[in-house]
Amino acid sequence: MTVKRQNGRAFALSFRLAWRNIWRQKRRTWLTALAMIFSNVLLVFMISLQFGSYEMMINNTLGLLSGQVQVQRAGYLEEQKMRQVVDNVDELASNIRKRFPEASVAARASAFVLVSSAERSFATQVMGVEPAHEPGVSSIPGLVAQGRYLIAPDAAEIVIGRVMARNLKVIVGDELTFLGSGRDSSIAAGVVRVVGIFDSGSQDLDRSLAELPLGYFQDIFMMHDGGHTIALAFDKLSAVPEVIEPLSVVIGEQNDLVVLDWEALVPGLKQAIQADMTSAWFMYGVLIILVAFSVLNTQLMSVLERTREFGVIMALGIKPRRLALLVLLETFLMAALGFLIGVLLGSLVTGYFSQVGFAYPGMDEMAAKFNMSALMYPAMDPFSLMLGPSVVFVFCLFAAIYPTLKLYGLRPVEAMRAV
Amino acid sequence: MVLPASVMARLAWRNLWRNYRRTLIMLLAITVGVWAMIFMTALLRGMVDDMVNQGIGALPGHVQVHALAYRDDPSINHSLPAPQKALLDVLNSDQVSAWSSRVKVPTMISSEYENRGVVLLGVDPEGELALGFDASDIIEGRFLSGPDDRGIVIGRKLMQRLETRLGKRVVVMSQSPANTIADRGFRIVGVFRAELEGREEGIVYAGRDVVQAMLGVATSVSEIAVLGHDYRSPEVLASSVRRVVATDVDVSSWRELDPYLSSMTWVMDGFVLVWMVVIFLTLSFGLVNTLMMAVFERVREIGLMRALGMRPAAIVYEVLVESMILLTLGLLAGDLLAISTLIPLEEGIDVSKLSQGLEMMGASSMLYPLLQWQDLLLANTVVIGLGLVAALLPALRAAQYRPVEALRKT
Repeated sequence: MTVKRQNGRAFALSFRLAWRNIWRQKRRTWLTALAMIFSNVLLVFMISLQFGSYEMMINNTLGLLSGQVQVQRAGYLEEQKMRQVVDNVDELASNIRKRFPEASVAARASAFVLVSSAERSFATQVMGVEPAHEPGVSSIPGLVAQGRYLIAPDAAEIVIGRVMARNLKVIVGDELTFLGSGRDSSIAAGVVRVVGIFDSGSQDLDRSLAELPLGYFQDIFMMHDGGHTIALAFDKLSAVPEVIEPLSVVIGEQNDLVVLDWEALVPGLKQAIQADMTSAWFMYGVLIILVAFSVLNTQLMSVLERTREFGVIMALGIKPRRLALLVLLETFLMAALGFLIGVLLGSLVTGYFSQVGFAYPGMDEMAAKFNMSALMYPAMDPFSLMLGPSVVFVFCLFAAIYPTLKLYGLRPVEAMRAV
Repeated sequence: MVLPASVMARLAWRNLWRNYRRTLIMLLAITVGVWAMIFMTALLRGMVDDMVNQGIGALPGHVQVHALAYRDDPSINHSLPAPQKALLDVLNSDQVSAWSSRVKVPTMISSEYENRGVVLLGVDPEGELALGFDASDIIEGRFLSGPDDRGIVIGRKLMQRLETRLGKRVVVMSQSPANTIADRGFRIVGVFRAELEGREEGIVYAGRDVVQAMLGVATSVSEIAVLGHDYRSPEVLASSVRRVVATDVDVSSWRELDPYLSSMTWVMDGFVLVWMVVIFLTLSFGLVNTLMMAVFERVREIGLMRALGMRPAAIVYEVLVESMILLTLGLLAGDLLAISTLIPLEEGIDVSKLSQGLEMMGASSMLYPLLQWQDLLLANTVVIGLGLVAALLPALRAAQYRPVEALRKT
């Protein structure tokens, strides 16, 4: 018999022994495993729910208006000054479109104006957009509830939010006048016809955003061929890091332009997620430590109550190392039991809610704040399902270290005499 | 045989320390669990409390009075007469700690380079300070000196966006009730900072009389903000105000004005309880396990005691006393640990790295933990109450042994 096979057989024997040992105290093993199962189910569900809601938060927030990547003049994000212009914006946008055929690319310009109807006047932001390309980047064109979205690239038309329409007391077909200042600080004024009213679900946006065709915007605000941003949207958010580099090449060194990804565009989004992650992991950490304590206690007891037995085995010449391995194997089996059942039950619960959605009382108001719907759908992927239980598993193995160390201090003769 | 309580307590105490390692590990687990309950709750309470204070400071007030249509359509066309007799009586009564009436309209503000849409507040600075505007937030220049002050106070961020500075002039344009454009030049006399950047960018203060004259609205105002004594019960104040105003006037508490904030406060109450119960449940498996082991080891002894005439109820009692001691020790240690870790954090925890994210939630970049005795009580009640319920299982098990069988066990 080769040494290797001998080791293999010895391992199989230890394995069987360990399996039998953990069932010598059925109730204790189940109680310990239950602690793991309970926390694992909780972790699987909570982590999946977190990841699911983050995804929704990111997609909805970016999809509404900002897009995932923007090209702007350096400093525009912070200062948003009228004269921080991307020159030749149409041409640059079509160059980007050629380089990234899979992306939606839309050029925009933006200004603050006082907009007046026959009865009311309000200050608002107006955005010049490319009617043909804007729907690929922003969900607002699709949210037009009355009338239609913009069509012609230079018509004197405007699309406004629901709240703004109500406050200005206008309906589709009415005229609005606006007054602001152009790129050269000259007075910019125009008369436009309301062709559509959108309902984005966000009160703020519905109150404070209006869209005009970019060509018309450029005329009125003396922008010539300039704009302020080019927004890009890709199918997947994960595509973003890979496009930053080639995009920088397309825009070139000229003009002081910068490429900003969504983390730079909406820094609050990433940070809100980080803040939520931090507090969530503090809580998960506590749960995991408590489960580890439970395992520590069980394994310590199981070692101590076998002092006599271990004494006998050691007197027969078995090294403490083998016994330590046995105890670790027992812990491994118990943790594996908790892991498997926990992940299974957790996946069932998560799977159910990923179909029907999950809500808790008070969720409506909070969801609206973060552009989410009132139902959350947990993410069902192996990573979010296994992450929590894997950490529990590792910590349970760590918890067995102290009990196994006890074995090294055993003296066979004294141990055999222990009660 | 009925043992006196003192004997029972001593018996339980000795039993607990027969296997000191196991008891210590369990104590450690309870301590960590209790600490986490209280610590986390204090952090969350601190955050929500700060959000509510910020939110009420931003409204401002616990109760606001508007013309009926104003909240939906914040235009100067929907304004109120300045408060008169009966309303004044309520506003100057004991249940109001401060109030102020303000003109609040959307306007466009322009420097020679840029323009922005902002909310113009025509205020009486004295009332504004009483409602909670912090004079130390003025980082340049001064706050308004009276309702007839002809200057304007703008936020730091807005100043940067408009590329203007203290002492320069800005033009404010808004709509008059007749829908003509009312405009007026103001000199910037002060610059304020705010915890939330949105305020620095979106709000400007001017004298109330000056704004009323600019808009041509005599003494009408847009809103009356009223601060009571306790933010938790704004409804009482709201109903006293409601009794003395006309029917076309809307009186709302902060809970109606900011439903996000309102739902935040009670979602948090629910969450705190869920968090404590979850921690406890995680602990309970270990607790039941520990007690079970303790009972099993003593089967013979319990049999002997039963044979000597101890009643099953006394056995249950003894095990419960044992777990009570364990829980109380763990609670004491956990409470002490929580309090001693919270005290050094009283100065606040700097979370400004995540300030923009927290701003989205409405929280500021300093986190002040808030330890409420109610939460401390709740945590202790949950642990003792549910702990005794959990201990019943092993206790009842112990009492079930028949003396003769139990004595035979090895």
